[in-house]
Amino acid sequence: MSVATSRISVQGSEPVFHVIDEHDHPEGASTMLGFWIYLMSDCLIFAMLFATYGVLGGNYAAGPAPKDLFDLKLVALNTTMLLLSSITYGFAMLTMEKSKIGQTQLWLAITGLFGLAFLGIELTEFAHMIHEGATPQRSAFLSSFFTLVGTHGLHVTFGLVWLVTLMVQTARFGLTTANRRRLMCLSMFWHFLDVVWIGVFTFVYLLGMLR
Amino acid sequence: MNPDLVKMIFGRLNLEALPLHEPILVGTFAVVATGGLALFAIVTYFQLWSYLWREWFTTVDHKRIGIMYMILGIVMLLRGFADALMMRLQQAIAFGGSDGYLPAHHYDQIFTAHGVIMIFFVAMPLVTGLMNYVVPLQIGARDVSFPFLNNFSFWMTVGGAVLVMMSLFVGEFARTGWLAYPPLSNIGYSPDVGVDYYIWGLQVAGVGTTLSGINLICTIVKLRAPGMTMMKMPVFTWTSLCTNVLIVASFPVLTAVLALLSLDRYVGTNFFTNDFGGNPMMYVNLIWIWGHPEVYILVLPAFGIFSEVTATFSGKRLFGYTSMVYATVVITILSYLVWLHHFFTMGSGASVNSFFGITTMIISIPTGAKMFNWLFTMYRGRIRFELPMMWTVAFMLTFVIGGMTGVLLAVPPADFVLHNSLFLIAHFHNVIIGGVLFGLFAGINYWFPKAFGFRLDPFWGKLSFWFWVSGFYFAFMPLYVLGLMGVTRRLRVFDDPSLQIWFVIAAFGAFLILLGIGAMLVQFAVSILRREQLKDTTGDPWNARTLEWATSSPPPDYNFAFTPVVYDNDAWWDMKRRGYKRPLTGFRPIHMPSNTGTGIILAGLATAMGFGLIWYIWWLAAVSFVALLAVAIGHTFNYHRDFHIPADEVVRTEDARTRVLAAGAQT
Repeated sequence: MSVATSRISVQGSEPVFHVIDEHDHPEGASTMLGFWIYLMSDCLIFAMLFATYGVLGGNYAAGPAPKDLFDLKLVALNTTMLLLSSITYGFAMLTMEKSKIGQTQLWLAITGLFGLAFLGIELTEFAHMIHEGATPQRSAFLSSFFTLVGTHGLHVTFGLVWLVTLMVQTARFGLTTANRRRLMCLSMFWHFLDVVWIGVFTFVYLLGMLR
Repeated sequence: MNPDLVKMIFGRLNLEALPLHEPILVGTFAVVATGGLALFAIVTYFQLWSYLWREWFTTVDHKRIGIMYMILGIVMLLRGFADALMMRLQQAIAFGGSDGYLPAHHYDQIFTAHGVIMIFFVAMPLVTGLMNYVVPLQIGARDVSFPFLNNFSFWMTVGGAVLVMMSLFVGEFARTGWLAYPPLSNIGYSPDVGVDYYIWGLQVAGVGTTLSGINLICTIVKLRAPGMTMMKMPVFTWTSLCTNVLIVASFPVLTAVLALLSLDRYVGTNFFTNDFGGNPMMYVNLIWIWGHPEVYILVLPAFGIFSEVTATFSGKRLFGYTSMVYATVVITILSYLVWLHHFFTMGSGASVNSFFGITTMIISIPTGAKMFNWLFTMYRGRIRFELPMMWTVAFMLTFVIGGMTGVLLAVPPADFVLHNSLFLIAHFHNVIIGGVLFGLFAGINYWFPKAFGFRLDPFWGKLSFWFWVSGFYFAFMPLYVLGLMGVTRRLRVFDDPSLQIWFVIAAFGAFLILLGIGAMLVQFAVSILRREQLKDTTGDPWNARTLEWATSSPPPDYNFAFTPVVYDNDAWWDMKRRGYKRPLTGFRPIHMPSNTGTGIILAGLATAMGFGLIWYIWWLAAVSFVALLAVAIGHTFNYHRDFHIPADEVVRTEDARTRVLAAGAQT
């Protein structure tokens, strides 16, 4: 049954069947692709939450509606915080490209502060709504609202934990290849959250006020 | 003791959670505990713990992780099949006023556990295990893209399985059916821990599955050997790619919908409730948006296995490679457009139902194309009926029947009659056993010699084959008949005595399958005992065509001493045909990832967190969660995760292979 390679007749010239001069694979060569795919899977979770909000978002169950709850000025301020944090993260990446470690850390810190401000405003908004009796248990609209917006907020929180971790690692080990790659990943994550927020802002808040 | 304090420490866990009043479970526990203790004693006696920890539990080698997935799948198959036997027995005797031997409370857990275990902890680990083992070898890579993540994914799958198994002896499992539809699965109707075991078992395992999907996509996209363009990839690698795309594009949906169900249960939100604006059909839609792709996640790799096996054992290039690839891709896309056929009776109206009915029927076209490709590959081939080929032929016959009943169910008016009947049960067992399981058995028999260096014993394999195939027909053909007569699924007792004969035949079929499983276990044991006679010294026992057969059996840690260069679809066949000579000199040190225990620790913590959440032991959940974060972050402070296999060692390994090959050539 077995056929040893030597028993097969040679036909034509001999091609090269293996890489002769081989070097180590650069570490983390697939990381960016992998992280992109992860982001898309995360995007799908948001898609589900958006879909759920789309279906259940009008079911107020005789409770409060968006118009009774949303304060667009506060949401605009909040959106500004998050968009600014994306810009400052961009600056951090630009200074990272120039290998200026101090400036990179500074911009990262500013990004973190904007992120914190965003979370603070969001929590204030949530507390206010819950205080008025608009709890997640009140109606399917509020269940889906709190879950969608809250999941985004949870992502921002994890982003902040990650940001602090990376700042510590950058401080300790410098802007090594590995750390640059990690900062790039967090950068994609951070901008991704921005994009999702634009969806939330439009779909939940602006359209909610029109409903 | 202060009851509040007890509640704080143990949540809702108390001694009544142990099923001491159910003799069947006590007996099972005695058997499992004895077996577990015996295993523990053996491992301890032979001082294997440190070996297991160093070489297996912490390994990042895709081959070892693949083998561990297979072991997990086979162990869970025994549990899932025990559930099936119990159901068959119950239904065969619960006639004429008899209540059978299973109380409703227990019976309902059994049918739920059977479905959950067979899909998530048998089919998925077996499929993932084969992909993990074979794909890197087929594309000429040294490992997957993210070896640590691979280890972590595996242990998360184990963590989910542990939670589901735990529900057998601590508390209870869901009594809702395998997809846990609300409102039944909501807190009002299922206030106990069953559904929580279901949720957290699947969430923990789901994280592992999603990450392993990402990992394998990156591996296939990034790590192919030079010359292997997309259209030169082996078909199994193609189907694996499509399967993993499906995993990444569908498991997040499961994660999201289960998270919403847990919010309903834990926080009291109103997603799937009947009041305050909730909508249970939302759950049914969402879960099937995951659930339908899931069945293609399982069957596509099986299609890949059949393609490899048919080409190899017909001694011919696969007929219609390009059409095979396109059929796979088309099935991948279409699998997203059919989910509503699982609930035509929802009442979404004629237009919606006909859309989903038509898309469903269209799937039979690419599937049919594949069937013809396999037939034409066999046509005028020199067919060798070894075990993998036998499973393939059995698949072709069986799957076509299942496919045809599937098309029947795709017709909405017919579905209104057959919905939730035993006809449906017969249909999906027909395609999952006849498609996925037969494919996995073909794959196990095909790649076993690659993984272990010796073939599986053909006598016991054939015995197992015939018991399985005949058992399948005996067990499920009666269910088609019963379904057409209007018997619905999940019934525990029956009034009409004329139905009993069909259930008895089905139980007989299940008994035959039991013999099939037994013969398979004997096959493994006999093969290990006879491993010298069954030895494969060539690395290519079947005269096969793809790259995994170019290296030794079992392959060295680094898979290939030199990365192969590919010119043809059937790369290894091409190499053999054109007089490939194994390089004997010029070896270099090989860059490899190091083992790490972080994966198993993280998965252990995630499982503990799941247990805390199931039993409302909040401190345990909180502590495990914080520990999970700390360990994960701590792991990122380790920047040195690789090492080099020294050139000397590569030389030693390759020289040993040269000697084995030379000895083999002389005999």
